[in-house]
Amino acid sequence: MGTRFGEYGGMYIPETLMNAVLELDGAYERYKDDAKFKEELRYLLNEYASRPSRLYYAANMTERLGGARIYLKREDLNHTGAHKINNALGQALLAKKMGKTRLIAETGAGQHGVATATAAALFGMECEIFMGRTDMERQALNVYRMELLGAKVHAVDTGTSTLKDAVSETFREWTRRISDTHYVIGSVMGPHPFPTMVRDFQAVISAEIKEQILAKENRLPDAVIACVGGGSNAIGAFYHFINDESVRLIGCEAAGRGIDSKDTAATMATGRPGIFHGMKSIFCQDEKGQIAPVYSISAGLDYPGIGPEHAYLASIGRAEYMPVTDDEAVEAFEYLSRTEGIIPAIESAHAVAYAIRLAPTMDKDRIIVINISGRGDKDTAAIARYRGRNIYE
Amino acid sequence: MNDIERAFENGKAFIPFITVGDPDIETSREIIKVMAEEGASLIELGIPFSDPMAEGSVIQEANYRGLRAGVTASDVFSMVRSLRGEGVNVPLAIMTYANVVFSYGIDSFLSEMEDAGFSALILPDVPYEEKGEFASVAALHNVSLISLIAPTSDSRIRMIASEATGFIYAVSSLGVTGVRSSFSSNIGEMVKTVRSVRPDIPVAIGFGIADAASARKMAELSDGVIIGSAIVKIIAKYGKEAAPYVRRFVKEIVEAIRGF
Repeated sequence: MGTRFGEYGGMYIPETLMNAVLELDGAYERYKDDAKFKEELRYLLNEYASRPSRLYYAANMTERLGGARIYLKREDLNHTGAHKINNALGQALLAKKMGKTRLIAETGAGQHGVATATAAALFGMECEIFMGRTDMERQALNVYRMELLGAKVHAVDTGTSTLKDAVSETFREWTRRISDTHYVIGSVMGPHPFPTMVRDFQAVISAEIKEQILAKENRLPDAVIACVGGGSNAIGAFYHFINDESVRLIGCEAAGRGIDSKDTAATMATGRPGIFHGMKSIFCQDEKGQIAPVYSISAGLDYPGIGPEHAYLASIGRAEYMPVTDDEAVEAFEYLSRTEGIIPAIESAHAVAYAIRLAPTMDKDRIIVINISGRGDKDTAAIARYRGRNIYE
Repeated sequence: MNDIERAFENGKAFIPFITVGDPDIETSREIIKVMAEEGASLIELGIPFSDPMAEGSVIQEANYRGLRAGVTASDVFSMVRSLRGEGVNVPLAIMTYANVVFSYGIDSFLSEMEDAGFSALILPDVPYEEKGEFASVAALHNVSLISLIAPTSDSRIRMIASEATGFIYAVSSLGVTGVRSSFSSNIGEMVKTVRSVRPDIPVAIGFGIADAASARKMAELSDGVIIGSAIVKIIAKYGKEAAPYVRRFVKEIVEAIRGF
């Protein structure tokens, strides 16, 4: 099968890993349409991870903004509190079928690390998580949570000590120990088949949205909005609408302190094509091709690249990508908490922020779906500090 | 005879590696000269990259030092042009990551390489499946894109060898670059497999070779040895004063692998 989305994607990895990745590709091709595998995964997603997640009509928000009808896709209600579990369970099940006994993963905000550690605990597999030291400090509670689940968490001190360095370090670990180990990549990135496989595991989000919105409104939404770091919750929320041209697909990336500042992680707004972490895609980089240090208040969006399918969807004009600043995200975080009684992850708050801008410009018979990719409990101490309250976890 | 053939013509080849700009470009110039004088067969020059995925901590640090010194691909090209002007004619390769070349423009990069007198390009994050867009342009500029084989390559070795140019870089063991005490037990078999498909192409072994003893052992199995981390460690220790210490090390390795 093809390894690319247009010109983006591919398999830019060291030869040492090639057979492992090809073996994974073969296994995924074999199991993805296998009735028993699909049934096992469906069972886990429903009975263990609490799917399907609700599509909630946000009446208060709709009324206050005075425009489009707003629905919230409640991925925050999944077991472990984010969409990451969809992919972690899928990959862990596949790894088990492949005879692997050890899972390794990178994590930024810690949600993917927690999801992977959870899946490892469930399947009785060994688990090691790589996390930038800066992120370990920002998300101390998630570090403890992973340890509680039986995972070993390694601090990554190289480079900028954040998500991109954790990804590099996990790839390095994989080249050291391949035969019993599967690398559970947390987003729609890395070499083929990861961007396709992770998308397929997350596509359950848009499959459910479609069914739920048709049941509630008897029509498709006019816009689906999701935050984008690597882009797994966004592609999951977009996927089953890609062929429905009337549905605007809007990814919200982390602008940090603004796209004109150095403190940003808005890949589409500030990046250009490059080759990194196994894929050809769009990356934040300097004029010499050095990967740029990026910044966002959100550890989960603090990544200098974006999945290759997003780069492709942008290139053909099918999806739009909007930068959202820290300030806007924090305001949206507080807004959703007060308006609907739902504390979103600071990542998801980027999508809420854009919806707050967009909804009033749309007619009242229009429909917006916001993917609330995760819950915000992990962020409350950091947001308090952002607001000048010295709370530590 | 091209430069790579020249590198492998006199017995076993010794291929040392440094990151250019570690700790500064003047020291790199001096080290290249002493390595050439001591009989290095081909010198691999690293262009620093922010996120060197295939490197262990020793060479990662060298990349960061090179970046702090502000060294870019253009600086490497002008340094080599000036060395060529001084009569330093040792065969040279560039080792860097795909994005450095892609960002420069693949054709411009290879054209600069040819003009400066480089004969090989090593990109550890470009496997067989992705080599087309680099190899085709490299060939137009008389530069060989070097193919790597690893202990996990198995049946891929024949496929890779059949299209390889210049020489083949055999990775000695699993993992990233860095000195180590044990090597894959099938490294000898890997070399034999290459020779059965391509008796015409030399094979050099790299990753983990630390000293004269391990160099000799690996040279027995192949056509040459590549040493990076052990040299970079010397540079990390002595900084701007590293050249005489690197000279001593290179001399020792060249003597150890001579005369097979």
